[in-house]
Amino acid sequence: MRPDSEAALAEMIRSADGPLAIRGGGTRGFSTGGTVLETGGLSGVSLYEPGALTLVAGAGTPLSEIEAVLAAENQRLAFEPMDHRGVMGTTGEPTLGGVMAANVSGPRRIQGGAARDYALGVRFVDGAGTIVSNGGRVMKNVTGYDLVKLMCGAYGTLGVLTEVSLKVLPVPETSGTLMLRDLTAQDAVEVMSRALGSPWEITGASHCAKIIDDRPVTALRVEGFEDSVNYRLQQLKTLFADRGVDMEIAPQDMSDWFWDGVRNAGKFSEAEGDVWRVSCKPSDGPGLDAAAGAEECFTDWGGGLIWFRMAPGTDLRARLGSFDGHATLVRASEETRATPGVFQPEAPGVARLSAGLRARFDPRGILNRGLMGPVMAGEPA
Amino acid sequence: MEMPIPDPAILARKSRVVERLSAVLPRDAVISDLSETRAYECDALTAYRCPPMVAVLPSSTAEVSDVLRICHEEGVPVVPRGSGTSLAGGALPTADSVILGVARMNDVLETDYPNRTIRVQTGRTNLSVTGAVEENGFFYAPDPSSQLACAIAGNIAMNSGGAHCLKYGVTTNNLMGVTMVMMDGEVVEIGGAHMDSGGLDLLGLICGSEGQLGVVTEATLRILPKPEGARPVLMGFDDNEVAGACVSDIIKAGVLPVAIEFMDRPCIEATEAFAQAGYPMCEALLIVEVEGSEAEIDHQLALIMEIARRHNPVELRESKSADESARIWLGRKSAFGAMGQINDYMCLDGTIPVSELPFVLRRIGEMSEKFGLKVGNVFHAGDGNMHPLILFDANKPGDLELCEEFGAEILKLCVEAGGCLTGEHGVGIEKRDLMNYQYAPEDLEAQMAVKDVFDPQWLLNPAKVFPLASSEARRALSVAAE
Ligand SMILES: Cc1cc2nc3c(=O)[nH]c(=O)nc-3n(C[C@H](O)[C@H](O)[C@H](O)COP(=O)(O)OP(=O)(O)OC[C@H]3O[C@@H](n4cnc5c(N)ncnc54)[C@H](O)[C@@H]3O)c2cc1C
Repeated sequence: MRPDSEAALAEMIRSADGPLAIRGGGTRGFSTGGTVLETGGLSGVSLYEPGALTLVAGAGTPLSEIEAVLAAENQRLAFEPMDHRGVMGTTGEPTLGGVMAANVSGPRRIQGGAARDYALGVRFVDGAGTIVSNGGRVMKNVTGYDLVKLMCGAYGTLGVLTEVSLKVLPVPETSGTLMLRDLTAQDAVEVMSRALGSPWEITGASHCAKIIDDRPVTALRVEGFEDSVNYRLQQLKTLFADRGVDMEIAPQDMSDWFWDGVRNAGKFSEAEGDVWRVSCKPSDGPGLDAAAGAEECFTDWGGGLIWFRMAPGTDLRARLGSFDGHATLVRASEETRATPGVFQPEAPGVARLSAGLRARFDPRGILNRGLMGPVMAGEPA
Repeated sequence: MEMPIPDPAILARKSRVVERLSAVLPRDAVISDLSETRAYECDALTAYRCPPMVAVLPSSTAEVSDVLRICHEEGVPVVPRGSGTSLAGGALPTADSVILGVARMNDVLETDYPNRTIRVQTGRTNLSVTGAVEENGFFYAPDPSSQLACAIAGNIAMNSGGAHCLKYGVTTNNLMGVTMVMMDGEVVEIGGAHMDSGGLDLLGLICGSEGQLGVVTEATLRILPKPEGARPVLMGFDDNEVAGACVSDIIKAGVLPVAIEFMDRPCIEATEAFAQAGYPMCEALLIVEVEGSEAEIDHQLALIMEIARRHNPVELRESKSADESARIWLGRKSAFGAMGQINDYMCLDGTIPVSELPFVLRRIGEMSEKFGLKVGNVFHAGDGNMHPLILFDANKPGDLELCEEFGAEILKLCVEAGGCLTGEHGVGIEKRDLMNYQYAPEDLEAQMAVKDVFDPQWLLNPAKVFPLASSEARRALSVAAE
């Protein structure tokens, strides 16, 4: 099914007699079963005001189209959404709806916020086929409940997004990266925390155990006007002089290559195994790292996000035990996805609220069935 | 403003409710005497007052849970309260309600500098959160003008903003986790010191839900390192439209100011008379502030002034020192006080797309003539959040009603222009009945469905946010269920 309007989509959902698998670009490789519902017909930028930093587009709009429209005005999506194609081995074009529904955010999340922080408004069709609008296209809006946030990260289980309004930002004049070499995981977290606790406005902080010349790299990125970038890179160098490790300001092409890799988990594209994404308190990272026993890992968000590559079929959650955060299974075989499940099980009170919301927004349990929570008793097969 | 008729059956149970609450709280934490409950009869929307049946001041999450369990069992509505500075009547009681104030819960539970978080009880005031981390060079970014008084509890419930939100975002962008007590007393933990949600973004839903989904007792907040410095530039224009174009050019140029504040002529005149900040007499005044090191500030201000010059400003004054910065901010900071000096005022809070500024200001001017009431406009110009201040005389019969009618027309205008009813103050009772202008019935139904899930009996702050007619059936259910 490929509706070409919101009204047509609403009609399709109303008359659906079984589960629907919502598909934007299909780059995430989810397969929840049921009739495939493509959003590609709900495409196009309908409003763009560079002076107000706002853009409104259909949920099926390819991200590349939005990025091109923005680039023409020297603006961008500041949350640096990941492109999953490399790591998932998928083809297709990531869409705006897919990015927002999964709240996909890259390295700049630590400074500028996640996809959900840039979402100003949504339109969607819920599981009963009702068209709902929430938020709007202005930057400050507290009128009623914030269903925009609820829809960002609901992976389509509460409704199919049809349109999203976004806050966009200017592209800074330049960026620069300081790379420290040979730090241990523990030292790297300390360095990143110290940098993020400084006034130099770090927009990327990542540590990779083996990346360039098979030696660890801890990278700190700053962005802005050229003089300011140079000034802050020098300040950071001074701040970490006492570490006694090699430090260099990376050439621009190496810096771009590095952050692209962090953003897209590029390191895991070629390698076999399950890919997990762990969101945690940065200082807990080294401990989790030790507990995981991963084939390979690297961190983003100053240590608040850890990417693990695990032997196929490993239940990482069981190894990590309970901690402040959660583990999401990004790439695995169908069997592994089915048993530990894609999402970390929620505590009972929270799970009840989530299940309650799903039951209200999708009473028949037909939207991406089973993706985010157990299928409820009583739902038709 | 219409409020639901108090339920006589609940009022009849007052002594039992008080007795049960007294059994779980210290003696001085249960207030039921009319002479004392009056202290809770209103928030900062003082035109509406109603003492609650009882007020309670618990000191811990466990006590909040006990209170809610009892109120749930007794079918008594509960109105959560922080510091009572809401401008929307969000904390206005009904005569049959229990006010649950979190003011006694104001401890800092944990400061964690390496992970850049602070965990507080939500009765703590906004400014004292920054106060707790300032010595170590950190601050909590959302800074409502009421920050000396307002509590994190209210900030979370209203998703409050501040002068610096252009750069740092509003409460929802700085909130990482909460402990919340559900209406039936169950305690849930949502989020934490990690950065994103592992399931549905319930935290994003709770922030801005105006005390209708649960009582938030503890919060983990993001703290940020203080910038090296900050300085503003002041510019005056003889045309609103030109000032608007200047704002848009600054934004497009890739400078990201922390604040862009706008004042129109009536507001400039009032503040000059009141505070003598030395503002130019012109149609539109902008204050643009940037942050960074001295050199970075100089560079950004130079860029901004270059853009401003292209728009022929009547005045362009760059601050070179802390003293000059203070003078530039003086007028803006005294704007509300200055307007209050002239008369009573009502402060509105609609948001519009920045590009609609000239049109909206012109229309407000026309309406001002029609209603015969003066308006001054203060405006967070970077994000389109307007604060028209309508002057009226509370002692003149009919003036308040006229003012409210005028206010409603302005908010409808904001919606028509592509904006919204409220940018940071919340809906409360004030904008409740205007919600139909912004949202279709299905849109409101979707929001009310959320409340059904969190508070099936609609006992938490029930008469707020949604038009009374829209929520009537649900509120009636709660009565029927007794
Ligand atoms: C002079 C002045 C200037 C202001 N400036 C700004 C500004 O710049 N920006 C801005 O955004 N606002 C501003 N406000 C509005 C107001 O200060 C904010 O809305 C503030 O967040 C309210 O906080 P409070 O603690 O006083 O909340 P209250 O007024 O006590 O309550 C507000 C709402 O929160 C709910 N609530 C309270 N505690 C809890 C809890 N524990 N759990 C769940 N819900 C709860 C209440 O039920 C109510 O709906 C201003 C107000 C004044 C009087």
